[in-house]
Amino acid sequence: MKRLKKILFLLAAVPVIACASEGGPPLDKAPVNLSDHASLQRGARIFVNYCLNCHSAASMRYSRMQDLGLTEDQIKENLMFAAEKPGETMTVAMDKKEAKGWFGSAPPDLSVIARARGSDWLYTYLRSFYRDDSRPTGWNNVVFDKVAMPHVLWSLQGEMVPVMKKEGEHEVIERLELAKPGSVTLAEYDAMVGDLVNYLTWMGEPAQLERKQLGLIVLAFLAFFFVVVYYLKKEFWKDVH
Amino acid sequence: MSALQKMMGWVDDRFPLTATYKAHLSEYYAPKNFNFWYFFGSLALLVLVMQIVTGIFLTMNYKPDSMLAFASVEYIMRDVDWGWLIRYMHSTGASMFFVVVYLHMFRGLMYGSYRKPRELIWIFGVLIYLALMAEAFLGYLLPWGQMSYWGAQVIVNLFSAVPFVGEDLSLWIRGDYVISDATLNRFFAFHVIALPLVLIALVAVHLVALHEVGSNNPDGIEIKKKKDPVTHIPLDGIPFHPYYTVKDIVGVIVFLMVFSAIVFFGPTMGGYFLESNNFIPADPLKTPPHIAPLWYFTPFYAILRAVPPMFGSQFPGVVAMGLSIVLLFFLPWLDRGKVKSIRYRGPIYKFALALFIVAFVGLGYLGLLPPSPVATILAQTFSVIYFLFFLLMPWYTSIDKTKPEPERVTG
Repeated sequence: MKRLKKILFLLAAVPVIACASEGGPPLDKAPVNLSDHASLQRGARIFVNYCLNCHSAASMRYSRMQDLGLTEDQIKENLMFAAEKPGETMTVAMDKKEAKGWFGSAPPDLSVIARARGSDWLYTYLRSFYRDDSRPTGWNNVVFDKVAMPHVLWSLQGEMVPVMKKEGEHEVIERLELAKPGSVTLAEYDAMVGDLVNYLTWMGEPAQLERKQLGLIVLAFLAFFFVVVYYLKKEFWKDVH
Repeated sequence: MSALQKMMGWVDDRFPLTATYKAHLSEYYAPKNFNFWYFFGSLALLVLVMQIVTGIFLTMNYKPDSMLAFASVEYIMRDVDWGWLIRYMHSTGASMFFVVVYLHMFRGLMYGSYRKPRELIWIFGVLIYLALMAEAFLGYLLPWGQMSYWGAQVIVNLFSAVPFVGEDLSLWIRGDYVISDATLNRFFAFHVIALPLVLIALVAVHLVALHEVGSNNPDGIEIKKKKDPVTHIPLDGIPFHPYYTVKDIVGVIVFLMVFSAIVFFGPTMGGYFLESNNFIPADPLKTPPHIAPLWYFTPFYAILRAVPPMFGSQFPGVVAMGLSIVLLFFLPWLDRGKVKSIRYRGPIYKFALALFIVAFVGLGYLGLLPPSPVATILAQTFSVIYFLFFLLMPWYTSIDKTKPEPERVTG
């Protein structure tokens, strides 16, 4: 009995262990809304303007953005700078080997980055760059320490500096503070990053809206079919006692 | 004689079509008291067929090439018509296969379905389970994500823990010094041809053996002992077709509802069916901080990690993990209980089985976590329970106070 109690006690501790293993700073909730076409279109625009110079999205075709309520001509005029035809995928001219020499690691392909990292992580990450002169790029990041990427959106957000606090022996970052304002306010910047992350989330799996719609139809059909087969079974089993 | 009858007669003179249909469907008499737990056999067959069919269609666009594999999966997800649905059905099917097989095995444990005269059915079943694990492991390398790569690395490295021949053995399995294109190609060959053939053959003999001796039932008594004196049909038996075919369709629909809910609304199952790290292409130079196998392997992974290295070798852990599965084969002879079904077993077996399930599920959970001192102690406790369930079985089943079995099936 004593042993059993010990086991039960240990079992109760299991969720605590699980939480402890997560680690890292807390993440902000990304405002993802895949039915908001305006937000997705704004996000796509930020993506092709700021991200698509170094990062590719080699599985993503420009023409797929028609799913966001854009016509092929609109895509061609506003979003295609590095490709000839809308059927092409979002590749970049940057050579992976050269990029590695410049940044220390090649910029990863972003086709499924939202599935790998999670929308909340991306949303927090893109808002967590701060000035750090000890880094070769001059930038560091709260959720991605010693990140190779410089703060590409700095002209928008401005320059953030860390406010430190003492936690035991170590100094840790308590929060970031705006040192030099950018071209937009912090609230506007958050909204822009929200749009971008919304777009990245959609791009991770462009079929996801269609998937959920189809799912409702499939489940409705199965529910109806269940009633049919249930009474069919009942009818056949009448004579079994 | 109608044209159809004539044709059937022509075939039957050359191939036992009618006889086979009768032996396995219309005149295969199954106990009439099957309950909820008896759905999972037919469901496992359904998932097997589904995996084969979706697998065939995936193969049409998948590229078993380390440079192209990851992108070809994304191509299927985006550019192939219904590719995303086929891929999600296949990935969800892999996990759901284990769900139904685990429940099917648990049914066997509860009602003593492995006992005489069904020892071979059980052994074929354990072989199916082993083949299924191999199939799932091989298939998981194919998307060529980080978890595919490093998961395969960890498992193949287990073979290198074998004394003397280990290094050569793992080299032989990989076909290279690291997991590489050569490994991907051979895993693909085994995943789409070799293992499916083995699985189908094993399922066939599993069913032939079952239909030879007849199905067990929740009461664990033999319906063949009480037959109608004239027709020689078991009094508690009903023809599989149409009774259990219509009943199993109900189970199939309910299962498909659960399956569709996952496929359409949560195909990653919060990272349990599709891990987020596997959306990062395999990188041989970047080891992920935490490598966990998919959930259906974690009980055995936890046993592996629970055994500390001895003489600087991980081999004891590998042996323990292997033994935890090998023990299953001996189950029919370890059980000395006077009755088969849990309904008439005494309190000791009921307690042992409950403890075993807690240990197995607990190990599965711990196998998902990164190692920590508390988790290791827990995993060691559960591992001991897991092994004692089997090793002490001859003793505790023989001293257990059983209730008398009924003459005829109940409920």
